[in-house]
Amino acid sequence: MKKIAFDQLQEELYYEKLNNGLDVYILPKKGFNKTFATFTTKYGSIDNQFVPKGEAEFTKVPDGIAHFLEHKLFEKEDGDVFQQFSKQGASANAFTSFTRTAYLFSSTSNFERNLETLMDFVQEPYFSEKTVEKEKGIIGQEITMYDDNADWRLYFGLIQNMYKNHPVKIDIAGTIDSIAKITKDMLYQCYYTFYHPSNMLLFVVGPVDVENTMKFIKENQDKKAIEQQPEIKREFEDEPNEVAEKKKVLEMNVQTSKCLVGIKALNQQLNGEEMLKNELAINLLLDLLFGKSSDNYQKLYSEGLIDETFSYDFTSEQGFGFAMLGGDTGEPNRLEETLEKMLKDAATGSGITEEGLVKAKKKRIGAFLRSVNSPEYIANQFTRYAFNEMNLFDVVPTLEKITLEDVKKIASDFISEERFTVCQVVPKK
Amino acid sequence: MPVLTESVKEMKGYKLHLVKTEKYKTNTIVWKMKAPLTKEDVTLRALLPHVLQSSSSKYPTTTELRSYLDGLYGTTLYVDLAKKGEYQIMSFSIEVANEKFLSDPTPLLEKAMEFLAEILLNPNIQNNNFQTETVEKEKKTLKQRIQSVFDDKMRYSNLRLVEEMFGMEPYSLHVNGKMEDVDSITSENLYQFYQRALKEDELDLYVIGDVDENKVEQIAGKLFQFEQRTPKVISNYEKKNIQTVHVVKEEQDIKQGKLNIGYRTNVVYGDSDYFALQIFNGIFGGFSHSKLFINVREKASLAYYAASRMESHKGIMMVMSGIDFNHYDQAVGIIKEQMEAMKKGDFTDEELEQTKAVIDNQLLETIDTSRGIVEVLYHNVVSHVNISLDQWLGDMKKVTKEDIVAVANKIEMDTIYFLTGMGVEQK
Repeated sequence: MKKIAFDQLQEELYYEKLNNGLDVYILPKKGFNKTFATFTTKYGSIDNQFVPKGEAEFTKVPDGIAHFLEHKLFEKEDGDVFQQFSKQGASANAFTSFTRTAYLFSSTSNFERNLETLMDFVQEPYFSEKTVEKEKGIIGQEITMYDDNADWRLYFGLIQNMYKNHPVKIDIAGTIDSIAKITKDMLYQCYYTFYHPSNMLLFVVGPVDVENTMKFIKENQDKKAIEQQPEIKREFEDEPNEVAEKKKVLEMNVQTSKCLVGIKALNQQLNGEEMLKNELAINLLLDLLFGKSSDNYQKLYSEGLIDETFSYDFTSEQGFGFAMLGGDTGEPNRLEETLEKMLKDAATGSGITEEGLVKAKKKRIGAFLRSVNSPEYIANQFTRYAFNEMNLFDVVPTLEKITLEDVKKIASDFISEERFTVCQVVPKK
Repeated sequence: MPVLTESVKEMKGYKLHLVKTEKYKTNTIVWKMKAPLTKEDVTLRALLPHVLQSSSSKYPTTTELRSYLDGLYGTTLYVDLAKKGEYQIMSFSIEVANEKFLSDPTPLLEKAMEFLAEILLNPNIQNNNFQTETVEKEKKTLKQRIQSVFDDKMRYSNLRLVEEMFGMEPYSLHVNGKMEDVDSITSENLYQFYQRALKEDELDLYVIGDVDENKVEQIAGKLFQFEQRTPKVISNYEKKNIQTVHVVKEEQDIKQGKLNIGYRTNVVYGDSDYFALQIFNGIFGGFSHSKLFINVREKASLAYYAASRMESHKGIMMVMSGIDFNHYDQAVGIIKEQMEAMKKGDFTDEELEQTKAVIDNQLLETIDTSRGIVEVLYHNVVSHVNISLDQWLGDMKKVTKEDIVAVANKIEMDTIYFLTGMGVEQK
């Protein structure tokens, strides 16, 4: 077991790679009541073309299957795993993103039993035709709920504008039609391809005894005869640099319009340190340009183009990435034009000052400290970083190294009009 | 050792609540101002904190104010409004890095408390009133905030249920105020309201973190001094006679129906059977092992979510679920059956123990966050009682099946609200 100390933060992280390939991390947190654990596979909605375990040819699976599998893993022959967790005083949950499926629980008692339940239920699938059919009704309602959610439609509409081929454009839950095609055999096929321990990470954070916890995890894993697995073959079609669609306007039953402007990142294959530096520099750039203390924000707010729902964000994974900014607005077209002009000005270095950068860095450092108060944040983000070969605890040292030149270069490389796109939601006439 | 230790000090015109803990990398300051919910003041109170947080005398523009906070290691400031029972409460929350985790030794907590005093007590004044430009800008944003509820169908249906259920009672007022009242607000009447609120509201200051208690008391004593007052106390709860269940259906161009059912529990925080009610809610609909989740979602496959939630001070419980338009009768039927089962004591000891375990877990988890600590402790301020979290946890463990059946039989269905698709009712 390896120990990594972060002196300034007063935190220690323990790591071990088990014989079956599973990466295990433990971060002890004194003073907290709860222990939080996540068991995550590097498998999300984008992994829809791959070579199934034990086969030779690529196959394509229905949209929404990773999310469907997440739901179904909770159901066992003798009942529902949620029940078992709550009997043990824990609260359990799961989520599926573009690139990950995570199973998690938090508890303030019976920690080892809950950890065992987590490892066992994720590693012992049970799917039947009957329960698969029943789930279609439930997920169908989840999809319909999102259909009525204007913010979700706006967010996804923007991603669909950006990508022509990449499966990030597929809605994570799929559609009523696509999930209708899912069978129990397909679930097993996806499961055995992507839920091998060598494709997974277990993170535990809370008031735990590190040695005992690691020993407990190892014993649990050693009991399960899991054979080695060769590397997973995934396939993604080529994606052009330019966006698929410049603008989309969705009419919905709303009273206030919404507008998001997006920038598609260049087809990036970054990972590790380079990826971390790249995403932090883009985040600093966005803070400088559109943070609440920026001139742009002030201008947009006083002209009444934005309100408190205004936000910006940069998402980056291997193979895709995008920034988006916007929110509710009375004048979606004018907001779109103004944001695009502000972005184009920034590409030339306008408004990017040393003073602004110092402030933006301080703000990010404070935000990082705030985030590490949260066990959920640490476990989820650490996992995301690790799957991209980055380390969450490198955030502050990397931020400190970013120079004004770096930010200016990022601005001119990243901001390009051909990769702009817009999505609006407007009231139905 | 108690799970949570709060020290409370009477200061000039307010109470200072301190919770010392080493578990965070930041310190949290929350300022609360509470007064009865009234139709005259509701919109003024909804607007005031937004005006105060947008600028001050020392930081006359939002850019300057926010630049100062960014430079203070991204200190966060946000304001919000809450309705607890028939009170409307403004909160100003500040979270600031603890400098012991930084290489820069600037005393950040003191700076953050000074900043709170600046925005609260030293507003941006023009001709003895708030600066008109700021007020007008924030009025516009307030209108958008009120309007935006319509666009979120889950929030909208919840708000409509409350409106229908409480009719003329103050509780029907929305926490962000009334659209039709926004235009009549001026920088003058808002400033008068501000002065009155500082004079009459019940004021509470919370400081959570790894702090020196004496030092915080000394800084607070220097920065905040108000006239003594006797806060207005109102009874949150009145027994209402329900003759028939009020059923409301509304049509909109949507894809999923939203079913919201309101019940009067006739029990509030501070009552001896409050803990039994909390466990009732847990067995009935609070969790993924609860009757609603199991029967509406898992067995009947009707919904993605089906849950119940309590309002502890007004004595109400609300059930919510998103369903197909044509499943209305079936869903309402299942929900009623589950309530009947509860009233008859048709639940197992296992369900009872399971629920106690998860509520215990939930409360302990809540106090792992500084905001959670404040929310738990503030229940006592709202109800003018003094229940420690240890007592809460202890009393909950003692609740029996008979207690739950007794509390279940006090619960009455009041209103069913269904937001459905266009033309569905005619079919």
